[in-house]
Amino acid sequence: MPVAASAIYFLNLRGDVLINRLYRDDVGGNMVDAFRMHIMQTKELGTCPVRQIGGCSFLYMRISNVYIVIVVSSNANVACAFKFVVEAVALFKSYFGGAFDEDAIRNNFVLIYELLDEIMDFGYPQNLSPEILKLYITQEGVRSPFSSKPSDKPVPNATLQVTGAVGWRREGLVYKKNEVFLDIVESVNLLMSSKGSVLRCDVTGKILMKCFLSGMPDLKLGLNDKIGLEKEAQLKSRPAKSGKTIELDDVTFHQCVNLTRFNSEKTVSFVPPDGEFELMKYRITEGVNLPFRVLPTIKELGRTRMEINVKVKSVFGAKMFALGVVVKVPVPKQTAKTSFQTTSGKAKYNASIDSLVWKIRKFPGQTEATMSAEVELISTMGEKKSWNRPPIQMEFQVPMFTASGLRVRFLKVWEKSGYNTVEWVRYITRAGSYEIRC
Amino acid sequence: MSGHDSKYFSTTKKGEIPELKEELNSQYKDKRKDAVKKVIAAMTVGKDVSSLFTDVVNCMQTENLELKKLVYLYLINYAKSQPDLAILAVNTFVKDSQDPNPLIRALAVRTMGCIRVDKITEYLCDPLQRCLKDDDPYVRKTAAICVAKLYDINAELVEDRGFLEALKDLISDNNPMVVANAVAALAEIQDSSVRPIFEITSHTLSKLLTALNECTEWGQVFILDSLSRYKAADAREAENIVERVTPRLQHANCAVVLSAVKIILLQMELITSTDVVRNLCKKMAPPLVTLLSAEPEIQYVALRNINLIVQKRPTILAHEIKVFFCKYNDPIYVKMEKLEIMIKLASDRNIDQVLLEFKEYATEVDVDFVRKAVRAIGRCAIKLERAAERCISVLLELIKIKVNYVVQEAIIVIKDIFRRYPNTYESIIATLCESLDTLDEPEAKASMIWIIGEYAERIDNADELLESFLETFPEEPALVQLQLLTATVKLFLKKPTEGPQQMIQAVLNNATVETDNPDLRDRAYIYWRLLSTDPEAAKDVVLAEKPVISDDSNQLDSSLLDELLANISTLSSVYHKPPESFVSRVKAAPRADDEEFADTAETGYSESPSQGVDGASPSSSAGTSSNVPVKQPAAGSPPPAAMPDLLGDLMGMDNAIVPVDEPAAPSGPPLPVLLPSTTGQGLQISAQLTRRDGQIYYDISFENGTQGVLDGFMIQFNKNTFGLAAGEALQVTPLQPGQSTRTLLQMTPFQNISPGAPNSLLQVAVKNNQQPVWYFNDKIPLHVFFGEDGKMERAGFLEAWKSLPDDNEFTKEFPGSIISSIDATVERLAASNVFFIAKRKNANMDVLYLSAKMPRGIPFLIEVTASVGVPGVKCAVKTPNREMVPLFFEAMEALTK
Repeated sequence: MPVAASAIYFLNLRGDVLINRLYRDDVGGNMVDAFRMHIMQTKELGTCPVRQIGGCSFLYMRISNVYIVIVVSSNANVACAFKFVVEAVALFKSYFGGAFDEDAIRNNFVLIYELLDEIMDFGYPQNLSPEILKLYITQEGVRSPFSSKPSDKPVPNATLQVTGAVGWRREGLVYKKNEVFLDIVESVNLLMSSKGSVLRCDVTGKILMKCFLSGMPDLKLGLNDKIGLEKEAQLKSRPAKSGKTIELDDVTFHQCVNLTRFNSEKTVSFVPPDGEFELMKYRITEGVNLPFRVLPTIKELGRTRMEINVKVKSVFGAKMFALGVVVKVPVPKQTAKTSFQTTSGKAKYNASIDSLVWKIRKFPGQTEATMSAEVELISTMGEKKSWNRPPIQMEFQVPMFTASGLRVRFLKVWEKSGYNTVEWVRYITRAGSYEIRC
Repeated sequence: MSGHDSKYFSTTKKGEIPELKEELNSQYKDKRKDAVKKVIAAMTVGKDVSSLFTDVVNCMQTENLELKKLVYLYLINYAKSQPDLAILAVNTFVKDSQDPNPLIRALAVRTMGCIRVDKITEYLCDPLQRCLKDDDPYVRKTAAICVAKLYDINAELVEDRGFLEALKDLISDNNPMVVANAVAALAEIQDSSVRPIFEITSHTLSKLLTALNECTEWGQVFILDSLSRYKAADAREAENIVERVTPRLQHANCAVVLSAVKIILLQMELITSTDVVRNLCKKMAPPLVTLLSAEPEIQYVALRNINLIVQKRPTILAHEIKVFFCKYNDPIYVKMEKLEIMIKLASDRNIDQVLLEFKEYATEVDVDFVRKAVRAIGRCAIKLERAAERCISVLLELIKIKVNYVVQEAIIVIKDIFRRYPNTYESIIATLCESLDTLDEPEAKASMIWIIGEYAERIDNADELLESFLETFPEEPALVQLQLLTATVKLFLKKPTEGPQQMIQAVLNNATVETDNPDLRDRAYIYWRLLSTDPEAAKDVVLAEKPVISDDSNQLDSSLLDELLANISTLSSVYHKPPESFVSRVKAAPRADDEEFADTAETGYSESPSQGVDGASPSSSAGTSSNVPVKQPAAGSPPPAAMPDLLGDLMGMDNAIVPVDEPAAPSGPPLPVLLPSTTGQGLQISAQLTRRDGQIYYDISFENGTQGVLDGFMIQFNKNTFGLAAGEALQVTPLQPGQSTRTLLQMTPFQNISPGAPNSLLQVAVKNNQQPVWYFNDKIPLHVFFGEDGKMERAGFLEAWKSLPDDNEFTKEFPGSIISSIDATVERLAASNVFFIAKRKNANMDVLYLSAKMPRGIPFLIEVTASVGVPGVKCAVKTPNREMVPLFFEAMEALTK
């Protein structure tokens, strides 16, 4: 059964109800008490997001300082339920202008109730596109267009658009200047063993789009991916161009992309929503260019002293540079005193995360930096318990660089009025979970 | 553009309700709207604002849509408690359902469907009929769902009014969202009906597949889920369906992807072409992997499903094991599931990598995770013969780290490895023996002892090692005692020298005379008998070759697996349980589980006195002696083999067996069956302890299912914690075949008190002139001892509570209990002499204070916390007698069920 929820609760960290909405009659009115008693107030909290208590199942997620709890009593679709929560939070954020926390919920509770009524009916998720909902659920509440006091801007066919085949874009948009912004954002995930061999390495990328286009445009995006290029060459019966092509392991698309067409022709064609959205996500595991190499050496000198040496090499183009580089080197809990020497950036000891934190604001390509640190430990009584070394973690972002080598080849825009568009493309690579065991 | 609604939460003055009432009736619109907002805010935090019903409903006739929605929200919450007033709203609903604005039409129908009041549903039919044929798709899609709501309230009405047909027509609607909602509604109705209502034909199939391309992501989920019930006619049709569904794998919505995977897996069963199947497997892998970059909660759902998928089709993810490597910051529930899948995907090809990972995990912080990682290494060793040696060397490395729980876990898995590959890796025993001192967990100890016993002939100092364990024999848990017993016997059989001989005598003595555990005693007697009668036979039994084990600990049965795969992405696939095992169509409080009793019956032989076993200290060597004490029963015919000694205990007691002559009258509710007729050769005995008029009685009934007359009934109780014994003779008339009788036997406490920690076990023996003696176990509910004088005054209670140290306070939760009404519970507790003192409200919870008193002046001060109608009751108790607390909780749990 595709039902996703019988009731939904928003609780703060103390367990106070901020919002509750019952969609179905099959769960008791105050199931939230059972949740508080058997999950929130026990060690269970956080050990498993799906739990059964009595005849009901509780699915919960924590988002900033709020728990969102879904209660069901039937064999509900769990994936659907969690995805619904994720999307609903995104929707609320777009309404509140960014933050989603206890205060935002209290300040907007009427709006949230109104949205909850609209986005789910009898436990079945309905349209959650912010674009469309904003047409008729506005902060102040829309007046009926047929009422005696007509509102300033009557919304034509709001209902048709909610249910229409292009349920994510409204008609009649006009922009003076037609522009499209493309952001290719990649996260590099790395897990390297202490011996320097790559255990796991992949890139998850997403293409974010900001569209300011008039009318109902049809867009087509071309990338330098292998399958797409081959298909194109085959269709135009000419040999594929040489140059770097990349192999995408998997792609997922925003609902505006015609999947059937992608499947048969391997082209990404779509009618975009207005404003900002995530067009696609992809994953690549082959041929990843790691932007940084990290070479740590950690020596334990006796029971109370450690010597840590970390060398970081940037291996991207010399003309590029990385920003906000942070290297976190874990140290034992009983660290007492630290002293540092760095070739660039600043390092300090952060006791709350038991790590040495080394920050370098700007890191040019093809260079290297080192940090050497001496750590003194409080000698603990009792037997020596070996310290389990958590991995070194790294944060960074490298503008105009893609770890996968992905490039946008073209973005074509067709609209019946035939206007010209300006396209802007940016690339950036960030660290996902960039871990080096030591 | 954020609002400032929080101010509505801040009015918590005393005269709140009258104030709100006034504001709701204000002549100013804005004031009315603010008032309704305050009402909703109060409702959200759990205050009862139902008394404002009329005033709120009066605000319903408004043109302000926001206000209208708030009033509707209020109605949904309170209409059920005010059904008569709810009717006031009907007119507005009916009017709204004809409003020119489609949003308002839809809103009216949507809300009416949520108000589950019979009178309102009658009025819902006409508007619903209209809205199902509305011009506006938004109204139609809302009406479609509304049919499902109505069906849930009144199925007959839906069928009579022809809504089902209307709903089926909507499947051909030109709007994809209407189609999707109609499908969802029909699927739900079909779920709750036994008649075929929504059957997918090949015609509807093609319609649905077409709609799939156009509707929203959620609509795709509804359609895919209902398609998963469709059985394709042949391989060609299956291929066709799969082809249309496969593009969904690229969707960004995880629910769409999982539902598509479900259909593909189901249809693959029919597809015969291996090429097609291989190709499909290839296509499913990347989207499944991508799910692992979603939010951790979604990852968890995906991992639970992947666990099922790899059991069915291991090839899909055979090459993707790396993606299941744990990240340091993964939540624990994700790590645990990843580990499980890594074990399933481990193969000769990737085992080196996998072992490196496991070894890494074994040094992390979370103890449960570390243990699971160590266990995972063992399971890989058992699964992959060629890798076993590498696994063992990793385990040995881990043992050398000397982290206590790692060592213990490693020893447990090494025992299994020895069983899987006998006579292969014994060379490592020496290393294991170095860690003997660190073992403090029963399972690890038992495993180590098993290893020593099994390989006694190769361990030079096996006798010394075992002896060191034997010193603490009486204090060990049962698991360890049993292993020690068996290991010593093995040692003796393998090395029948003087040392082991003395050991075996000591052990057998300990395990028969000193112990309270019947399992241990039984086993000891069997060994003893075997050793004394035929040592060769003993060898055949004890040293027999063991069957080879395999790693199937987490494999699901194939029919269950298929059922779960048909439920991919639902709760069933997360719990790995079939839906009917956790979903009850009827709304009911959680059932009281009867298993508890069965449990005690199986394992509860925790105490039996040893008096009466006169030959229990054998003087000669057990190996040759025939001096094995097996008591002959005192009663006529021999008892069934189960427990020859208990009878001796029972009948050897001072109390004479009480003869039976006079009849007694049966009464009261049915009693639990303690001796089923299958065990009792036709005789069925049901009994229970009860308290009446300050006296404890054994309410017992006999049913004669044998062919002949049964007479001469006698009853005897074994020593127990409370020293309960028969206070009078059992009076039962001769029972004719097919006849039954019930009687009350007066009991006197504190007669033959058994030593040791209190427990609720009551062992009973019953005999008659025709049959052997029957033994059965009953449970002593503590509340039969609660005196009628247990009521305390408030002041006395408070004082007593304060005077007891906090160490004497204990808390327990009864997740299965439910309080559906405070009064009923108080009454029921009072009937068992648990007296009510006071109650208070704490947030949404009710807190009850109660008292009870045991004989000899032991008071119980009780605090019960629960919220009415919600399963789960918390009970705290303070008492000077801590030993009784577990029994007390048992009794309270039974009383609150």
